[in-house]
Amino acid sequence: MTSITDETLPITPRAMRDEMIVFVIMAALLAIVPWTGIYPFFVMQALCFALLACAFNLLIGYGGLLSFGHAMFLGTAGYCSAHALKVWGLPPELGIIVGILAACALSVVTGYISIRRQGIYFSMITLALSQLLYFIYLQIPFTHGEDGIQGIPQGHMFGVLDLSKSTTLYYVVTVGFLGGFLLIYRTINSPFGEVLKAIRENEPRAISLGYKTDQYKLLAYILSGSLAGLAGALKVFVAQNASLTDVHWSMSGEIVLMTLVGGLGTVFGPVVGAFVIVAMQEYLAGFGQWVQVIQGVIFVACVLLFRRGIVGEIARIGNRSL
Amino acid sequence: MQAVYAQLLVGLINGSFYALLSLGLAVIFGMLNIINFAHGALYMMGAFCAYFLLNIGGINYWWALLLAPVIVGIFGMILERTLLQWLAGLDHLYGLLLTFGIALIVQGIFQNYFGSSGLPYAIPDQLRGGMNLGFMFLPVYRGWVVIFSLVVCLATWFLIERTRLGAYLRAETENPTLVRAFGINVPRMITLTYGLGVGLAALAGVLSAPINQVRPLMGADLIIVVFAVVVIGGMGSIMGSIITGFALGVIEGLTKYFYPEASNTVVFVLMVLVLLVKPTGLTGRAA
Repeated sequence: MTSITDETLPITPRAMRDEMIVFVIMAALLAIVPWTGIYPFFVMQALCFALLACAFNLLIGYGGLLSFGHAMFLGTAGYCSAHALKVWGLPPELGIIVGILAACALSVVTGYISIRRQGIYFSMITLALSQLLYFIYLQIPFTHGEDGIQGIPQGHMFGVLDLSKSTTLYYVVTVGFLGGFLLIYRTINSPFGEVLKAIRENEPRAISLGYKTDQYKLLAYILSGSLAGLAGALKVFVAQNASLTDVHWSMSGEIVLMTLVGGLGTVFGPVVGAFVIVAMQEYLAGFGQWVQVIQGVIFVACVLLFRRGIVGEIARIGNRSL
Repeated sequence: MQAVYAQLLVGLINGSFYALLSLGLAVIFGMLNIINFAHGALYMMGAFCAYFLLNIGGINYWWALLLAPVIVGIFGMILERTLLQWLAGLDHLYGLLLTFGIALIVQGIFQNYFGSSGLPYAIPDQLRGGMNLGFMFLPVYRGWVVIFSLVVCLATWFLIERTRLGAYLRAETENPTLVRAFGINVPRMITLTYGLGVGLAALAGVLSAPINQVRPLMGADLIIVVFAVVVIGGMGSIMGSIITGFALGVIEGLTKYFYPEASNTVVFVLMVLVLLVKPTGLTGRAA
């Protein structure tokens, strides 16, 4: 059985150079957004999803594990951050840390359970676990059920950065995204990332080479879950609420779609995919449920025709690794 | 005590839907190596098909029980011919993603035309009313659903495990090339198998229409519970799917009586417990 993302090119100095150039362009573009007249709220929202999709991609693209429950990290971190900010009155930086820690703890528990099975079983287990959490969050008091946690104070980060100013908030979210992105990039280019790829290509062989593959997969899962938690915590400041939609399994489907559209297993694919899908939802909002139908058509088209996604196809045409 | 029996009955009914759906999933998984994420959407289509047959064609429940699975089954076979067959030889995960896309399209279209609220579907005259069993009052329709789906499940088991056709099917999942050498048209068998699995989902939809109303999202949340059922039972055997489906329905029903807060989550909690003890599921083979 071929792996789901066996198209990635080897890491060469040229590939690293290409990727660094694209990264610098991306960072420069993000830096000038407040002066371009683009609605910053849209970009911030897209950045949160981009980080989430990158975290998801770390697992599927480099570990071969398709998590269909990544919304649970987004939602859990969101609820915990929101609670810490609103009820405990913590400053923003500590609120974000609470969110990441909650997602990290959740990923330790769910990872321990789910990596016992591979392939589609892994996907179904993560999906079921996230639905379990959905029902728990629907019932326990601190999430306020259907209402969610509303009116979250944005506060002053480190006592100086006023997050209620949209430009300040924008840069904080951008720095959070770029930091998470670099951490993922560093991970996939490390010896740890190489072992992950070896596991994805041929797990029995990796085991026979002496690697404890379950530990590697669990570690990748925890890292992915924690970074998804960072995305969820940042999203609380952007949206100023935490609600059940972030935990529902359809959100997990959207994360998969973003990554698939951009390109599974490519470095920049999830970012491009997230911007495309968030833009689509923004501009097609008037079409109601047809947006869902369009997303379904994109899913089908990607799987049948453009399995490499936007960035994957560009990389193939240019014979580059992106 | 009355309430316990009532919840037990609700559990058995839900269990028969779980069994029919996970049975269809198992049949499809065996032949196409695809976890059919569109199964919930096709279950919903079965219910809508019965609704259309009655309200547009004036065709009653009994004919719908026969026609809806055939119509939706043909739709499934067209899906298999036009879309799913191109995934042969690719990673399992692509099948999951493709069928997820199909589910979004189908559910989105129905939601556009029918909103999210339910449409009523009347219980057929012959199955109205109830029986007093002495210890409880049994609505006839509910008893009928349990018995009928049990019969269908066992018939499917018999077809696959005890007939020549079923032997071909099982042989094909083991070694398609060899079976083709015997002169059997493997692609056609695959298409028919997908149609059979889809037909079982649609049949569950028709059975559920008078109880749960006809809603575009009726399959969307159910399918996740069915996936949990599949993980618990494992996909190893046809009989395993049937028994696990009914058993989990009953457990869920009893939870609703003894500790209602956990009734939505008990199947998932059981899944976690089973995975901790036996990662392959109760009757499962290794993935």
